[in-house]
Amino acid sequence: MFSPDNIFTTTIDKAVRWSRTQSMWPVTFGLACCAIEMMAAGSAKYDLARYGMEVFRASPRQADLMIVAGRVSQKMAPVLRQVYDQMAEPKWVIAMGACSSTGGMFNNYALVQGVDHIVPVDIYVPGCPPGPQSLMHGILTLHDKIMEGEINR
Amino acid sequence: MSYETINVDINQYYETVENFKKEGYEMMVDLTAVDWYRKKEPRFQVVVNLLSVSKNLRVILNVNVPDESLKIPSICEIYPGANFFEREVFDMFGIEFENHPELTRILMPDDWTGNPLRKDYGSGRIPVQFKNAPKVD
Amino acid sequence: MVDEKNIKEDLDFWATNSEESGWNISSTDEGSQKMLEEEDEKQIKIQTGSDVVDDYVYNEETTEDERMIVNMGPQHPSTHGVLRLQVELEGEVVRRVKPVIGYLHTGMEKTGEELAYFQGPTNTTRMDYLSPLFNELVFSLTTEKLLNIEVPERAKAIRILMTELNRVSSHLVALATGGMDIGALSMMIFGFRERELILNFFEKTTGLRMNHNYIRPGGVAADLPDNWQKDVKEILKVIPEKLNDYDEMLLDNPIWQGRLKNVGILTTEECLAYGITGPSLRASGFSWDLRKTQPYSGIENYEFDVPLLTDSDVFSRWRIKVLEIIESLKIVEQVMNTIPKGPYRIQDKKVTPPPRKRLDESMEALIHHFKIYTEGFKVPPGEAYVAVESPRGELGCYIVSDGSSKPYRMHIRGPSFCNLQALPVIMADSPIADAVAAIASLDPVIGDVDR
Repeated sequence: MFSPDNIFTTTIDKAVRWSRTQSMWPVTFGLACCAIEMMAAGSAKYDLARYGMEVFRASPRQADLMIVAGRVSQKMAPVLRQVYDQMAEPKWVIAMGACSSTGGMFNNYALVQGVDHIVPVDIYVPGCPPGPQSLMHGILTLHDKIMEGEINR
Repeated sequence: MSYETINVDINQYYETVENFKKEGYEMMVDLTAVDWYRKKEPRFQVVVNLLSVSKNLRVILNVNVPDESLKIPSICEIYPGANFFEREVFDMFGIEFENHPELTRILMPDDWTGNPLRKDYGSGRIPVQFKNAPKVD
Repeated sequence: MVDEKNIKEDLDFWATNSEESGWNISSTDEGSQKMLEEEDEKQIKIQTGSDVVDDYVYNEETTEDERMIVNMGPQHPSTHGVLRLQVELEGEVVRRVKPVIGYLHTGMEKTGEELAYFQGPTNTTRMDYLSPLFNELVFSLTTEKLLNIEVPERAKAIRILMTELNRVSSHLVALATGGMDIGALSMMIFGFRERELILNFFEKTTGLRMNHNYIRPGGVAADLPDNWQKDVKEILKVIPEKLNDYDEMLLDNPIWQGRLKNVGILTTEECLAYGITGPSLRASGFSWDLRKTQPYSGIENYEFDVPLLTDSDVFSRWRIKVLEIIESLKIVEQVMNTIPKGPYRIQDKKVTPPPRKRLDESMEALIHHFKIYTEGFKVPPGEAYVAVESPRGELGCYIVSDGSSKPYRMHIRGPSFCNLQALPVIMADSPIADAVAAIASLDPVIGDVDR
């Protein structure tokens, strides 16, 4: 690509979408049980590094993807929104697990019944908790979505 | 493992706990409350679980909290570990602990109204809605 | 109040990491708060109750701008979940800490009052998500105590087998995340790798990697799978080898020792005063294990030792988890060799639903099945408290029954909830760099704290 003999042609759309998918850094937002499975997905056996995603950023400013892993309580909801607001565009959200997608089995006073009440969600991953494979399937689905979607969100 | 359950009058509560500590019950394991709403008088019962690790004994104290005041002495001075538990009971049941160093809500947000574990506090269940489901008349 | 000389000596200590400059935490029932030695008792209580207030009376030597309150969490990679700490710093030194919890409050005790007893484990298993089987076990044991029933021997043995394996997996995560916090990233990769072995066995047996809902009132949900001995033998073979690897990597590692030894002292007196149980208590030189002293589910039939360390620092709290894994594996091996044959659930029609194939043949079975799954079994009125030794300490369940099929009040005494009260004690007067090690050594699970 860099030598003058080779020419690589593509559309700018495609190049931008591709670069967005190939190194999508998640923010560490572990809340409950699902966070353990998220960590398991990042560790040796499942190895999220294959998708260039092993760098869980502690700072939301450096992250593109928020994996809401676990139940979101009423007390946590403003914090979650603040972390989301601090992330730079473009940003995506995966609701991991039943609790963050819908409230799960805890339909009560303490929990937000689905994190989509607070932030826009791109992918819902089912399961309680979803295994690392399910999470990876969700991530790959998000990659497909980005590859097919518009570049200006 | 068996344990002894003792009903304690609220006026002797503090002294009883103090005596148990002197007798070698080194640890306060658990402190919680039960809401006997419309089932028993008085309404609230505080349950304290003391453990003696030297003698391998356990005792559970039941204390009835008077309805008028909803106040009970704090045992933080005797067992510092009671701190969080008393705050939790205050948060969840609204029982006040006198002389507690910092009696604030612990689990719920500070601006929350109501005490969730009381029996007259609804569970806050939201009916589940399904998208595109046929309407029921 | 601390005079200038003392502060200087303390700073010497952090610089040299030696005991010589008079570094001793005064241990009282109220905890260790060195800077407050001359204050009256009430004030000490307030401090150990970790009340970070702005109108704090400052030391004359310390000017106001030397102190600052820093917020740590709730979204912080090393707070093990959504724990929030308000840390009052004097330069690099942590003076006071106030844990702020409740960011994962799920209202499980309220939900537990709405679920029937046979649904209860579904709810409790999600509390302490690193040791879900213990939560199910303690709920089931309490319900069985109220029902006054005894589960079959095979069910007891399966319960012990599963919970001890769960202890191993939970400790492995504790070692892994503890290593990650200190900076030993390999430890994190290793811990999660070995945990997968156990989780695979759990998945085979219970159908889920976590939150199993496997141990239920009256026994367990299903028998062990075919050829389960093969998997357990694999676990028994691999994990001790890997533990040796960890030891090789960390035990004599000067960096690891330097960061953990003599850091975060938590003495026996403080443990007893704050109600701290489990590995933290045993690492302070006090032998107290509910498996030995108040045995449950037939664990007294197996031979094992209770590891005991006396240094009461972060290093011994890390080390004791490794030793406990070895002991748990001993129990697992004994269970594997001596597990009796027989039913895995109690043969009581009122508690255990009939097997599926009986429903086509027997009207009575159909009625029992219908009754159990719609209404649930009724439990006689009364109250019961049962405690088991979870990987983090005494896990207790207190149930009040009013005679219906749902608990009138269900309360779980979470060990992490209590253990978290030690944070202000072990973090006070230590450098901020050790704070993370101190949190990791307590191994708090926020799901268990907030419930």
